[in-house]
Amino acid sequence: MEDAARLLQLVVNGAAAGCIYGLIALGFVLIYKATEMVNFAQGDIMMLGGFFAFSLIAHFGLNYWVGALLAIAATAAFGFALDAVVLRRVIGQPQFAVVMLTLGLGFMFRAAAGITWGYDSVGFTTPFTNRTVHLGTMVLGEDSVSIIVGTVLLCAALYVFFSRTRLGIAMQAASQNQLAAYYMGIPVRTIFSLIWAISAGVAAVAAILLSPVSMIDVNMGFLGIKAFAAAVLGGFGSIPGALVGGIVIGIVEQLAGYFLPAGFQEVTSNVVLLATLILRPQGLFADTLRKKV
Amino acid sequence: MSEASEALLRVTNIETFYGPIQAIRGVTLQVDPGQIVTVLGANGAGKTTILRTICGVMTPERGHVMFDGRDIGGISPDRVVRMGLCHVPEGREVFPFLTVQENLVMGAYTRHDRDGVHRDMEMCFGYFPVLRERAGQRAGLLSGGEQQMLAISRALMAKPKLLLLDEPSLGLSPLLTQQIFGIIRRINAEQGVAILLVEQNAHIALKTADYGYVLEVGRVVMEDACIHLMEKDDIKEFYLGHKETGVRGRRRWKRKKLWR
Repeated sequence: MEDAARLLQLVVNGAAAGCIYGLIALGFVLIYKATEMVNFAQGDIMMLGGFFAFSLIAHFGLNYWVGALLAIAATAAFGFALDAVVLRRVIGQPQFAVVMLTLGLGFMFRAAAGITWGYDSVGFTTPFTNRTVHLGTMVLGEDSVSIIVGTVLLCAALYVFFSRTRLGIAMQAASQNQLAAYYMGIPVRTIFSLIWAISAGVAAVAAILLSPVSMIDVNMGFLGIKAFAAAVLGGFGSIPGALVGGIVIGIVEQLAGYFLPAGFQEVTSNVVLLATLILRPQGLFADTLRKKV
Repeated sequence: MSEASEALLRVTNIETFYGPIQAIRGVTLQVDPGQIVTVLGANGAGKTTILRTICGVMTPERGHVMFDGRDIGGISPDRVVRMGLCHVPEGREVFPFLTVQENLVMGAYTRHDRDGVHRDMEMCFGYFPVLRERAGQRAGLLSGGEQQMLAISRALMAKPKLLLLDEPSLGLSPLLTQQIFGIIRRINAEQGVAILLVEQNAHIALKTADYGYVLEVGRVVMEDACIHLMEKDDIKEFYLGHKETGVRGRRRWKRKKLWR
């Protein structure tokens, strides 16, 4: 009985970590679907979002919710500007140029964050820090629960946005057929920048949800590598796939940390990535209808 | 032809390049309000390039594109659409993962009058009843003919003054082609939309349109009202495929015609 509860607790903690991977992976997938670019700076954008929130909440002393909202908005604006100023110029260039550019941008963000906020880990108090929820025999941290609930709410909001609103449908349309979207009078460039804004905003949400669990520091962007594995597992290009991939990797990681010798936890995401590429390279949720060019 | 001031679209001496390759070598044409004009030509004559230059996807190196009294050469396509010029691209290009209805809503992206959009969607369903039956289906699952109907309807949703149609008969059965051209004529007559039609199927294009241009390797080699064009020997032989019975009573099927 105690073992079952223990296992369930591990699964919940893993799912919470997985939600964070899933949210970052969601950012990868949104940008990839729309512009066929892979943004390797996604994790570092998340790190910036975390620091924005830290500055606003811990430094300027804003209320948690207000500070979080402002940080998300600021990160989204940053994502918009990043596309409008920098990345728009490499559309149509070889994929390799985009990879180098975004990797380089990631380095720059890390350096800039180090200069601005220092290299120490920082944190801020949230309403969820150090509190627990009792569910039967299980004791769960409110932080883990808030991550899962926050992710579910965000995904629901994104789902409604993409399937019900005119702008959301226009984003889908621009992703599916750029030229036709142009012919319909959809301002495709602005739409793509808005998609960057959304994925940067989602990354900021991930950083803020993660902050009670782990500290914010310059290198938290390396979570992006695990999120990349999540996106590949989900079939790079599938939004539900990214989230499911993230949660699978989070849970596998937790279980590996408990049942396997030390050190395995760190490599499990890469093991899952390799296994996916060997066994099911199209991912769990490959599109049934391929995009025609 | 009417006076210059009345023309809805007036293209003068445009030259368009794909990199170093010149696709359009100085084309002049015009479309009056409510008129159907067709551009005929073989593969690679530059028909599609003319439409792309007009709608703003390509920028002409020289020459002017005047639409509704304004020069639209080099203006991006999303702004051209707002001015009332809508392009139905070759190969239909519907949004495959959106439903038929969502595709139509996207066609009206530039508009903000909800009632008008709703009315126009009903109008499109009136012209193409099959689209109403498929309204909830993904556009990628429609047949080729249905996708063409959707592409035309989607363009109509923008309430254009001028519709550019690029090869609406592409890949359709002769019967379906007849039907679609019938509806194109009705749309022209009932909605007063001017149409610039590019076609390889010269027979049906000449029957549908009022005025025609013949394009060869980037130049206009002949232009006239369609009823006159249909009577010309060259057109009969090269575009309509009528048999020419010569003195020796057989068809000179290997003769090459040079226009210059």
